[in-house]
Amino acid sequence: MATGLTLKELSKKEMLLTAGHRMCAGCGAPIVVKMVLLASEYPLIAANATGCLEVSTCISEYTAWKIPWIHNAFENAAATISGVETMYRSLKKQGKIDKEIKFIAFGGDGGTYDIGLQSLSGAMERGHDMLYVCYDNGAYMNTGIQRSSATPFGADTTTCPAGDVIQGKPQQRKDMTRIMAAHGIPYVAQASPSHWMDLMKKVRKALDIKGPKFMNIISPCNRGWRSRTDDAIMLSKLAVETCYWPLYEIENGVTKVTFKPKEKKPLKDFIKPQGRFKHLFSPENEGMLKTFQEMIDREWEALLKASGAE
Amino acid sequence: MKLKGWKEVTPGAVVTEGGSALKFKTGSWRAFRPRWIEENCIQCLFCWIYCPDMAVKVKDGKMTEFDYDYCKGCGICALECPGKKGNKAIIMEEEGK
Repeated sequence: MATGLTLKELSKKEMLLTAGHRMCAGCGAPIVVKMVLLASEYPLIAANATGCLEVSTCISEYTAWKIPWIHNAFENAAATISGVETMYRSLKKQGKIDKEIKFIAFGGDGGTYDIGLQSLSGAMERGHDMLYVCYDNGAYMNTGIQRSSATPFGADTTTCPAGDVIQGKPQQRKDMTRIMAAHGIPYVAQASPSHWMDLMKKVRKALDIKGPKFMNIISPCNRGWRSRTDDAIMLSKLAVETCYWPLYEIENGVTKVTFKPKEKKPLKDFIKPQGRFKHLFSPENEGMLKTFQEMIDREWEALLKASGAE
Repeated sequence: MKLKGWKEVTPGAVVTEGGSALKFKTGSWRAFRPRWIEENCIQCLFCWIYCPDMAVKVKDGKMTEFDYDYCKGCGICALECPGKKGNKAIIMEEEGK
């Protein structure tokens, strides 16, 4: 019997990521991971790319995971889990195992958008039965906030600092979700922890589908975003409502927007509470703010068009 | 916990006990402490689902207390708490006051 997707029912399930992990206070990543694990109706095995989540949940002698979990390197979480999945298929064929197990790889945006991209692309193309979850906080937060290809336009990081020469990252962020969709895999989705029900429904749907699946989940980082420790959920909600991070899924090539804000809020609402965008609010950078808003508008309209809504 | 020497560590540094992080208490990181005001609580469990540190104890579908052994005092629970009639069921108080 499937557990109902109500918090009351879910709270009776065993938590497979325990307390005592050493992620920063107010980090979005453990919230994302706990939701993914809670949503699953299957026993899980996970692989982790190097990153905040990996280093802080498994520090010598301690692990916060209650499921079999493997870390290999930065660039190969997807390759590692595809190996585990292949071994599982072989053991199943030999009659040595009969349990229905699902495989998940977790990676940050650095391990997904940049360093782990080729191994992820390979695993998707080979068609392994796995779900790859990217928790996207928009920079290499673990090593001290260096820019990644997920870092949004205009954001200040230690390798694209806002100063006299540049005003934060000059380039646009990469659209990873659509890159994964271009692999023609059966399921790709974008989610946010603020919309926990939507997130969990997507995880359940993904795990029920055979083949490679990808989910991109926004994960606020108060250290890197230069925001308050209590606003991870508030910011992820604003990211959705401003259409900076639209919630949608692409199932067998069909795009569906799963949450359409009643009123699309201005991008300013999302970036104002974050210190990494502080410089965009000085009068001389007004143009950048406008450019940033136009980028978001363009992406949102393209998404609506793809979903057949407009 | 005393750190093991290299001869005592498992090959590949494999951790054989799942969830052993529970032995590591993170409550001392806290600068602000959440206080639960039960009469304002509508048992929505938002605090439980949004807590990054699994520090909200729930029994039979109801919030019962905070786990101060692990709570890092981020304040997400207090911010997200809808409360009752505009009165929050969770407020943050400075530690040591």
